[in-house]
Amino acid sequence: MNFSDILTMRHELMLTLLALVVLIIDLNLHNRDKHLIIPITLSLFFIHTLVGFLPVDKSVLFGGMYRTNSLLVMMKNILNVGVLIILLQSVTWLKKEENREKISEYFILLFSTLIGMNFMISSGDFLMFYLGLELATIPVAALAAYTHHNTKSAEAGIKLLLSSALSSGILLFGISLIYGSTGSIYYDTVMELYQNSPMQVMAFIFFFTGMAFKISLVPFHLWTADVYEGAPINVTSYLSVISKGAAAFILIIVMFTVFNKLAPIYNHILYLISVLTMTIGNLFALRQKNMKRFLAFSSIAQAGFILLGILGGNILGMTSVIYFVLVYIFSNLGAFGVVSAIQTVTGKESMDDYDGLYATNPKLSLLMMLALFSLAGIPPVAGFFGKFFLFASAASAGYYWLVFIAVLNATVSLYYYLLVVKAMFINKNETPLAYFKSDLATRTGLILSGLGIFILGFWSQIYEIINSLSFGIIH
Amino acid sequence: MNILNLFIVIPILTVVGIVLTKDLKQSRLVSAIGMGVQMILSFILVYLYLKERATGNTAAMLFTYDALWFPTLNIHYSLGVDGISVAMIALTGIVVFAGIFASWKVTYLPREFFISLIILASGVFGFFISVDLFTMFLFYELAVIPMYLLIGIWGSGPKEYSAMKLTLMLMAGSAMLMVGILGIYFFSSPDHTHLTFNLLEISKIRIPIQMQRFLFQFTFIGFGILGALFPFHTWSPDGHASAPTAVSMLHAGVLMKLGGYGAFRVAIFLMPEAAHEQAWIFLILTSVSVVYGAFSAAVQNDLKYINAYSSVSHCGLVLFAVLMMNQTAMNGAIVQMISHGLMTALFFALIGMIYGRTHTRIIQEMGGLMKVIPFLGVVYVIAGLASLGLPGFSGFVAEMIIFTGAFQHVDVFHRVITIVAASSIVITAVYILRVVGLLLMGPIKNDHFLHLDDAKWYERISTITLVLAITAIGVAPFWLTNMINFSLAPIVEKLSAIQITSLF
Repeated sequence: MNFSDILTMRHELMLTLLALVVLIIDLNLHNRDKHLIIPITLSLFFIHTLVGFLPVDKSVLFGGMYRTNSLLVMMKNILNVGVLIILLQSVTWLKKEENREKISEYFILLFSTLIGMNFMISSGDFLMFYLGLELATIPVAALAAYTHHNTKSAEAGIKLLLSSALSSGILLFGISLIYGSTGSIYYDTVMELYQNSPMQVMAFIFFFTGMAFKISLVPFHLWTADVYEGAPINVTSYLSVISKGAAAFILIIVMFTVFNKLAPIYNHILYLISVLTMTIGNLFALRQKNMKRFLAFSSIAQAGFILLGILGGNILGMTSVIYFVLVYIFSNLGAFGVVSAIQTVTGKESMDDYDGLYATNPKLSLLMMLALFSLAGIPPVAGFFGKFFLFASAASAGYYWLVFIAVLNATVSLYYYLLVVKAMFINKNETPLAYFKSDLATRTGLILSGLGIFILGFWSQIYEIINSLSFGIIH
Repeated sequence: MNILNLFIVIPILTVVGIVLTKDLKQSRLVSAIGMGVQMILSFILVYLYLKERATGNTAAMLFTYDALWFPTLNIHYSLGVDGISVAMIALTGIVVFAGIFASWKVTYLPREFFISLIILASGVFGFFISVDLFTMFLFYELAVIPMYLLIGIWGSGPKEYSAMKLTLMLMAGSAMLMVGILGIYFFSSPDHTHLTFNLLEISKIRIPIQMQRFLFQFTFIGFGILGALFPFHTWSPDGHASAPTAVSMLHAGVLMKLGGYGAFRVAIFLMPEAAHEQAWIFLILTSVSVVYGAFSAAVQNDLKYINAYSSVSHCGLVLFAVLMMNQTAMNGAIVQMISHGLMTALFFALIGMIYGRTHTRIIQEMGGLMKVIPFLGVVYVIAGLASLGLPGFSGFVAEMIIFTGAFQHVDVFHRVITIVAASSIVITAVYILRVVGLLLMGPIKNDHFLHLDDAKWYERISTITLVLAITAIGVAPFWLTNMINFSLAPIVEKLSAIQITSLF
C-alpha cells in the first residue's frame, strides 16, 4: 500500500485510528476525568467528517474487493454527517453519572459499526460485503444493550443479535447460492454471469430477505419496535437513521448493478413489499403512545417509500433514494433529537407527556413540528422534495397506482404526525414538562438538523450533485 | 424586481416582522401593514395588467419571471399572470386584508396566529401566480397545512376533529393531484425528451387520450375536493364551523377557489379531450353539490353551518360552470369565484362579529338584532341579498352569466342539468331570507342583547372593504369580465377545437 491508497481508504482507516485513539485515551485517563473523552472524540470526528469531503479518484484496491468513487464517498459523507449530529445529541446523556465508565465503549462500538458500513458501501465482492455487514451489526447489538442494567435494553440487545444472526444466515445462504451458480463472488463477474435461472432467482430472494431484515421491511420488521424501544434513545436514532440509510445505499447499488438483469422479476416483489411496508408500518404507528415505538413504526413506513425509488430503476430513482435518505437523516434526527433531549432531562418519553409542550418549550416544539412535517412530506421543508422525487421516479416507470397508494399512505402518516403536533400545540395540560435549557452540544445538534430540514429542499444544487453521480439500470 | 416576486417576498417579510414583535398590538399592526401593502400591490397589479394589455401585448402570461430550480427534472420557479389570475389575486388581497381586521382581538398566542394566517395567504398568492405545476402544487400544500393549526388551536366547538378531518381530506386530495401532476409531467413531451412542468408548454401538446382519461379523474377530483365537490365536501361544513373568523373567511373566500381555479387551469385546460368525455359525470356531481348544499343550508340552525353549506352550493356552481366549457359559462365561473369569495368572507366576518357579541350562533336564540346593532344588521342584509343574486351586487352578475352560458348548450342533458342547478337560486332565497328574518327582524328574545355595541372601527374597515368590492363588481362588471374574457378566449378556443366525443 502506498500513500494514495491510504488516501483512498481514508474513511475506514481514519475511523479505525479514531477508535484506537479513544481506547488509548481511555486507558490513560483517571476515572474522574473520563468526561474529557467526549470533547476530544467529538472534535476528532468533526475533523474526520471534514476530511471525508476531500475529492477522491475512482480506484480499486485488493484485487477488486474494495472500490471507491465519488458516489460511494458521498454516501459515506452523508452517513458521517448523520453520525456527527447523533454524537452531538448524545453528549448530555453520556455525561450522566451511570454512563461515566462506559463513555469510550459507546464511541468505539459506534465507530466500529460505521467502519463496517463504510466497508459495505465500498465492497466490490460479496466477501467484503459480508464482513462489513457483520462488523456493522454485532457492535450495534452491544450498543442496544448499553444500559444493560435496564431489562428492556438488555432484551433489545439480545433481540437484535438473534434476528441479525438469523438474517445474516439467510443472506449468507443466498450468497452461497450465487457463488454456486456463477462461480464467483465478485460483483462484476456475477453481474455478467447472471442468467435468471430459478436457482439464481432464489439466491436473489434469500439475499434480498437478508437485506430486508436490515432495512426492516414488512414482513421482516418484527424485531424493530422492541429493539427501538428498549435501546437507549441515541442508539435508537443511530439504528433508525444511519443503519437504515447505509442499508438502503447498499441495497440500491446491489440492485442496480449485480442484480440488474433481474429487474423485471424483482420489481413485482418490490411492489408488493413496498405497499405492505408502507401500509402496515403506518397502521401500527397510528396507535403508539411511546415516542420511541412511534418513531420506530414511522421509520418502517418510511422504508417502504425508499423502495419506490428502486422500482423506478433509472438515474432519477437512484438520485431520489440517496436524496431521500439524506433528507430523512436530517428530519428523523430532528425528531429523535427532541425526544432525546426531553428524555435525557426529564425521563419522559410518552406522547401524553408532550401535551402543552409549546407553552413551556416553544423552540423544541417548533423543531419537532418541522421535523415531523418533513417526515410527512409537507412543503416547504425538505421532506416534501424528497418524497416528491421518489414518487416522480416511480411514476417515470409507470407505477401510477403505486404512487397513489404511497401518497395516500403519506396522508395516513400525516395523521399520526399531527397527533404529536396536536399534543404539543393544542392539548391543554395542567402540568406540562417544565422549561429546560439544553446544553451547547445538544443545541448544536438540533440546530444542524433544523438547518438541514430547511435548506436541503430549496438548495437544488445538492440534488444536482447527487444526480450527476448516480446511475440507473442499463437495459 | 419582478412585481410578482413581491407577492412572495412581502408575506415572508411580514412573517419575519411578526416574529420580532412582542404582543398582540404590535403583531396585528405589522400584519395589517404587510397585508395592506399586499392588497395595494394587487390593485397596482390590476392597473399594470390593464395598461399592458392596452398597449397591445397579447402574450398569454404577462410579467413572467422564470428561474431554473431543479435542472434534471426541468423544474422551474416560474411566475406569470393572465386576466384570470390577476382577478383572483385582487380577490385574495382584499379578503386577506379584511381577515386581518376581523381578527383584531385574537388574544391567545396572537403572533402564532398571524404567522399561520400569513403563511396560508402566501400559499394562496403563490398558487395563483405559478405557471409551473411543481411550484403550484408546493404552494397548494403550503396553503392547506397551516389550516390544521389555525383551526386546531384557535377554533371553537369540536375543533380538533374538524381540523384533522379537513387536513386529511385535503391531503388525500393532494394525493390524487400528485398522481395527476406526475402523469401530466411524464407525458408532457411527445418524444419523452423535453419533459416540463410548465403549464403553457404542456397546453401546446396533446397528452395521449388514454392517459388523459386516467389522469383527468385524478386531477379533477383532487382539485374538486378543495372545491367542495359532492361527495367530497364533508370537510367543509365542519371545518368552517370550527374555524376562527378570519380563517373561515380566508378558507371559504379564497382557499376553496384554489379548487375551482386548479380544476380549470390544470385539469380542463391541459386535458380537454378527457374533460369533454367525462364532463357529464362531474356535471351531475356538481349539480348535486349545488342543490344539496342549498337544501342543507336551509335546515341548519347554526349560522356558520348555514354559510358553510351555502359555500358548498356556490362553489359547486363554480365547478358546474367550468365544466360547461364555453366562453360565457367559464367567464361566469371566474366571476362567481370572485363574487362568492367576497360575499362569503363578508358573511363569515359578520358571523364572527355577531358571535363575539351574542356568544351564540344558533339563529333561534337570536332575533331583532337589527334594532341593537344596525350597522352589522344592514351589512348582513347586503351580504344576504348579494348571495341570493339581487341585481346590483356581484352575485347576480355571476349567476346570470353562468346560467346564460350553460343554456347555450342545445342538448337535453345540459338543458335539464342547467334547470336543476338553476333551481338553487330559489332555495338560496329561502335560506337567506329565513336567516335574515329570524336573526335581524322580530322581537329581541334576550335582554342581554339589548346592550350590544355596534361595529368597532376595525370591524367597519373589514366589512366596508368587502361591501365596496361586492358593489363595484355588481354595478360595473364589464371591466372584470373584459379582463377575464381576453385571457379566456384562447383557452376556450382550444377547448372548442376538439372533436366532441361526449356521451351526451
